[in-house]
Amino acid sequence: MQVGNAIEVHDITKRFKVYYDRGKTLKERLITPGRNKAETRQVLKGISFDVKKGEAIGIIGKNGCGKSTTLKLLTRIIYPDSGSIELNGRVSSLLELGAGFHPDMSGRENIYLNAAIFGLTHREIEEKVDEIINFSELEDFIENPVRTYSSGMYMRLAFAVAINVRADILLIDEILAVGDVSFQTKCFEKLKEIKASGTTIVIVSHSLGQIEQICDKSIWLEEGRIKKEGISKFVHEEYLAAMEDRRLDQIVKEKENEIIKNSKDEITKDNERITEKKQDKIKLQPNWCINAIRSGNRKILFSKVELRNQDNRETMIFDTGDCLIVHMEYKTNYENIEGNFGVGINRDDGVYCYGTNTLIEFKRMIKVKQSGVIEMKIPNLTLLPAKYILDVAIHTEDEIPIDRIHHILEFQIRSNKKDFGVARLENEWKGTDIGEIK
Amino acid sequence: MISKIKEIYEYREMIASMIRRDLRGRYKASVLGFLWTFLNPLFQLFIYTMVFSVIMRANIEDFYIYLFIGLVPWNFFSASLAGGASCVVAQENLIKKIYFPRLVLPITYVTSALVNMLLTFIIIFVVLIFSGHGINVLALCFLPIVFFIEYVLALGICMLTSALTVYFRDLEYILNILAMAWMYLSPIMYTTEMVPENLRSIFKLNPLTAIIEAYHEILYYKMIPQISTLGSAIIWGIVFLIVGVFTFEKLQKNFVEEL
Repeated sequence: MQVGNAIEVHDITKRFKVYYDRGKTLKERLITPGRNKAETRQVLKGISFDVKKGEAIGIIGKNGCGKSTTLKLLTRIIYPDSGSIELNGRVSSLLELGAGFHPDMSGRENIYLNAAIFGLTHREIEEKVDEIINFSELEDFIENPVRTYSSGMYMRLAFAVAINVRADILLIDEILAVGDVSFQTKCFEKLKEIKASGTTIVIVSHSLGQIEQICDKSIWLEEGRIKKEGISKFVHEEYLAAMEDRRLDQIVKEKENEIIKNSKDEITKDNERITEKKQDKIKLQPNWCINAIRSGNRKILFSKVELRNQDNRETMIFDTGDCLIVHMEYKTNYENIEGNFGVGINRDDGVYCYGTNTLIEFKRMIKVKQSGVIEMKIPNLTLLPAKYILDVAIHTEDEIPIDRIHHILEFQIRSNKKDFGVARLENEWKGTDIGEIK
Repeated sequence: MISKIKEIYEYREMIASMIRRDLRGRYKASVLGFLWTFLNPLFQLFIYTMVFSVIMRANIEDFYIYLFIGLVPWNFFSASLAGGASCVVAQENLIKKIYFPRLVLPITYVTSALVNMLLTFIIIFVVLIFSGHGINVLALCFLPIVFFIEYVLALGICMLTSALTVYFRDLEYILNILAMAWMYLSPIMYTTEMVPENLRSIFKLNPLTAIIEAYHEILYYKMIPQISTLGSAIIWGIVFLIVGVFTFEKLQKNFVEEL
């Protein structure tokens, strides 16, 4: 294991045997051997990743992609068929809360029991029991048997134990849905605190927002393989776009089925329209940036997006303090359509630097004619040197994406000064020894 | 292997808590509660005394004491053999949800049964003293050794059977029958001298023969046991423990999928 790594996963595969209906006893197996038919399903097809100490990663993907299996493998509840998993430090998992609770025993007794199952010694539990009770907010009920608890109280107690185990590695499966809103917030804050104290965290979740808030990195699993790995925000953009594409494909397919039922004339007409649409999609996919991710219903389309300097020249390199113009051209086949044009700037490590749109600036939607140009000008670009990523989008008033292109362009900023941070804030200094410097 | 032992040592609190939960939870809903731990064997003893000193008179002196001394360790052993087989299956929920060294389960089960037996031994001592049978204090010093040997043997067998039962549920019932036969093959209701001479060498292959005999020697005959007779039991115990641990560790990787 490499120094500084908390988790090393090397090329793991996992198959499950799915029995249709399996006899568990000898009699059942002998009498009806046919019932023991099994289908093997390859859930993981070779996954490798490392997690550094103190790092938090999120695992995302649609249902059945293998993310929960991966987490179970990390927990060592199940074992891989091939490949290896190395973990460095005490592992605590928030997979299923309240495992091992005894309904007849009091809350306090259950804390001792549950913490012991997590591998704590008696003295360690003794030290933490007050903290756990405090966190669970169950002081008044702690001597009552757990069977008298409401499900919310039960979960709160279970979560309080699991999160206070103080592990080196914390594995979480979709659990930030515990208790009421205030308790959820508390759990979330606690999680951030735990991360700040240097605990390595792996989260499996469908809530991309929560992952983005805690995790540095995301791993997107698809059909048992890693599809993409990187800074959470960017991976999620791509993931969402892919999900959106899938949904649109589904709609097109449904339409095609419908068309079959209709007359021939319409088939040709509709087919033409679909092919046209597809060609449009290919043509308009900006080829000068391979990372671009595009989504939306495409009723209005960006036909050209450029970055220009104050001389109206296309460029990708700016200095801090330069003028930056985002030049966007668009077209539409629809009449009477309105759009809200937006621009977003991200730094390449995922920091969202700035975003605005026409609705915010003018408080109204823009009526779009067949084709047109819109420009956003930043006269004094105060961003500091780094690589930046540009997003552009057209939305409806209800925030439904019409054409959204994430990562359409990249640009670089240079600087003459060596100040730090995201952007240069205008500053003036004054002092008894320096006079006044502007 | 050493890391495994270390890990189980780290989970000692879990073992202790589970045993506590088991012992206290067993009679939780009953009125007399924990007292049943003592009442049960006491009534058992009472019944045996009635039957064997009034109805079926055996030609062993103080037969009810002889019987009871053999029966209590046997009960412990048969609990580990037949009951222990389901100790992994019974904790299905825990196994599916959380990681802990799975060996904790058979260890917990057998240790809990051992504690139960030790509590019952209090009754044995009370009976030995008050019946006038008496105790040889020097011989008593050897009792913990016998406890330990029986514990190791029971633990090894429990690891083996509990892991196999996950894959083959019939084992539990087969073991019940085996336990019944095993009881009559061990010198609990009779003495070794009653076994025909030509069968005695086969009879002594049974590891429990030596263990039960040792209990009899210490408590019934009030003499220091011959460690040599325990030799085969020690070997059996070690063999079962090693086979048990390795089989268990091999099979436990697929527990979740099989449960």
